[in-house]
Amino acid sequence: MTPHMLTRSLDRGATIFLLVVAALGVLIPLSNLLLPAGSFLQVPTYLVALWGKYVCYAILALAIDLIWGYCGILSLGHGAFFALGGYAMGMYLMRQIGTRGVYGNPILPDFMVFLNWQKLPWYWYGFDMFWFAALMVLVVPGLLAFCFGWLAFRSRVTGVYLSIITQAMTYALLLAFFRNDFGFGGNNGLTDFKDILGFNVQAEGTRAALFALSCLALIIGFLICRAIVSSKLGKVLIAVRDAESRTRFLGYRVESYKLFVFTVSACMAGVAGALYVPQVGIINPSEFAPGNSIEAVIWVAVGGRGTLVGAALGAVVVNYAKTFFTSGVLAPYWLFMLGALFILVTLLLPKGIVGTFNAWWDQSKEKSTAASAASAAAEDGVTEPKMAE
Amino acid sequence: MNVMDTRATSAMLYLDGVHVSFDGFHAINNLSLTLAPGEMRAIIGPNGAGKTTMMDIITGKTKPDEGTVLFDGVTDLTRLDETRIAELGIGRKFQKPTVFESQTVQDNLLLALNVDHSVKGTLFWRGSRAESERIDKVLETIRLTEARNRLAGSLSHGQKQWLEIGMLLAQDPKLLLVDEPVAGMTDVETHLTAELLKEINKTHTVMVVEHDMTFVRELGVKVTCLHEGTVLAEGTIDQVSSNERVIEVYLGR
Repeated sequence: MTPHMLTRSLDRGATIFLLVVAALGVLIPLSNLLLPAGSFLQVPTYLVALWGKYVCYAILALAIDLIWGYCGILSLGHGAFFALGGYAMGMYLMRQIGTRGVYGNPILPDFMVFLNWQKLPWYWYGFDMFWFAALMVLVVPGLLAFCFGWLAFRSRVTGVYLSIITQAMTYALLLAFFRNDFGFGGNNGLTDFKDILGFNVQAEGTRAALFALSCLALIIGFLICRAIVSSKLGKVLIAVRDAESRTRFLGYRVESYKLFVFTVSACMAGVAGALYVPQVGIINPSEFAPGNSIEAVIWVAVGGRGTLVGAALGAVVVNYAKTFFTSGVLAPYWLFMLGALFILVTLLLPKGIVGTFNAWWDQSKEKSTAASAASAAAEDGVTEPKMAE
Repeated sequence: MNVMDTRATSAMLYLDGVHVSFDGFHAINNLSLTLAPGEMRAIIGPNGAGKTTMMDIITGKTKPDEGTVLFDGVTDLTRLDETRIAELGIGRKFQKPTVFESQTVQDNLLLALNVDHSVKGTLFWRGSRAESERIDKVLETIRLTEARNRLAGSLSHGQKQWLEIGMLLAQDPKLLLVDEPVAGMTDVETHLTAELLKEINKTHTVMVVEHDMTFVRELGVKVTCLHEGTVLAEGTIDQVSSNERVIEVYLGR
């Protein structure tokens, strides 16, 4: 009886979450575009972009929660997949600049002209087409995750060792992307974007549309994760998380499951990065910084590991706090606050915000059903306790 | 070609001359053992006799340094990994009950069912009537029908042991390896477990490792006593327990 209630209450949580995201995705752009600037209810454009960033982080958090919360794979390098998706989108945006760049070269982006490159490197081919770039947003992070996971999971690298090599992976990419001769703009990264699909990226309408699209992506990502974790495959993932070798002895090929979910998660992170880049207007190697990936894990821990709503909520709450505190006198102390937050959550709310709320909700619900059953039994004069379980 | 022709032995499980050492410690030393199809065998032996290591070898967790391990007369188990061996039909219950604590009793059994275990199969899985009937039957056998929706972590120790036996039943393997099924059980539970294993033995080959002599006696099957990784004595419980070397090993020399 209890798990049935649990799924029902979770379903309610999921429905509320989806409705809220959908409402924000519609109302914020509408208010920004239709209401007169400066009016009380009008959301200013800078806030639309800021919240758009939070929504992208929420998608990244979902991706991390899918592998960490449900399958026990603690990736401390998920920022790499996010950044790769971002670079794929950035490459498209660079090629859209065309002759409007400083050097006016119709094919080569400015930084290549500056480096005296004569022709476009082969890996930049195709990025002038949106469909190709959009495909690469999924394929590049997905392929990297697949190869990385294939090697790591087949060799049964787990736990802290896996976390360490994911850190090494993102750090290696950070160093590679810093290099000018790597062909992605080196230290400066990709920026000065003009158009996306013919629309000016700076325009209010485009920003509002990007925000709405990010919300849509969050909804789709949530539904995909939910479909995965509520299928039988989701039960296998939890089994792997809780007792990996037991799952093997039942005849499950654990490495295949890990590989599947790790790859899906990397693709989701890539999409998040691709939506992030046009909204912030730049992608550079600092997105690969190991600290970014660790921060993303903290969002999930704060919101509630193993609850999808919690992961998304954690991303928004922590980043809102970050924006709030880093813009005031407390700015130098933000990293200490983040560290303290992580320690406090681990000690006091090990299930995170949503996990703790769910546990409390189930408990009070159980109490009230037990109480009403008891009073009903008393009224009927039935002495046999039917609610023994 | 007839499969029967290639069978090296008619035994369900055949171990011959198996050696394993960990850093110079000989955990298994020239171990040879055969289990006939449909047999139930009890394995006894003092701590460190190599009982659990033997199970690790059979289920692919540990690779032997030398020796032959054949399953069903044809399959060399030393070349396969845990998943493949489980798929072939060898199920294992661990010494420490290992159930999926954060999932319900019912889901534990569902995970154990020997149906399609591929990623695609589980992602697009739809429950069938036959599956839920099998789960119902197992629940009845292990007396956990009432607790089917409880989290496995909330079960008592004895119930967890049964749930794990139930998971073996759902897996429906040809050979069941049961490691210390009655550890920590009350006398009544021990008795019920013996009954349960006898019932299971009607349709499955079973190997039970157990310390509890009353329980082994109650099973009433052939007993193998291991010591220092090799077979010390084999026979009925009375024969084995009156064997001088067995007494020496158990009481110390």
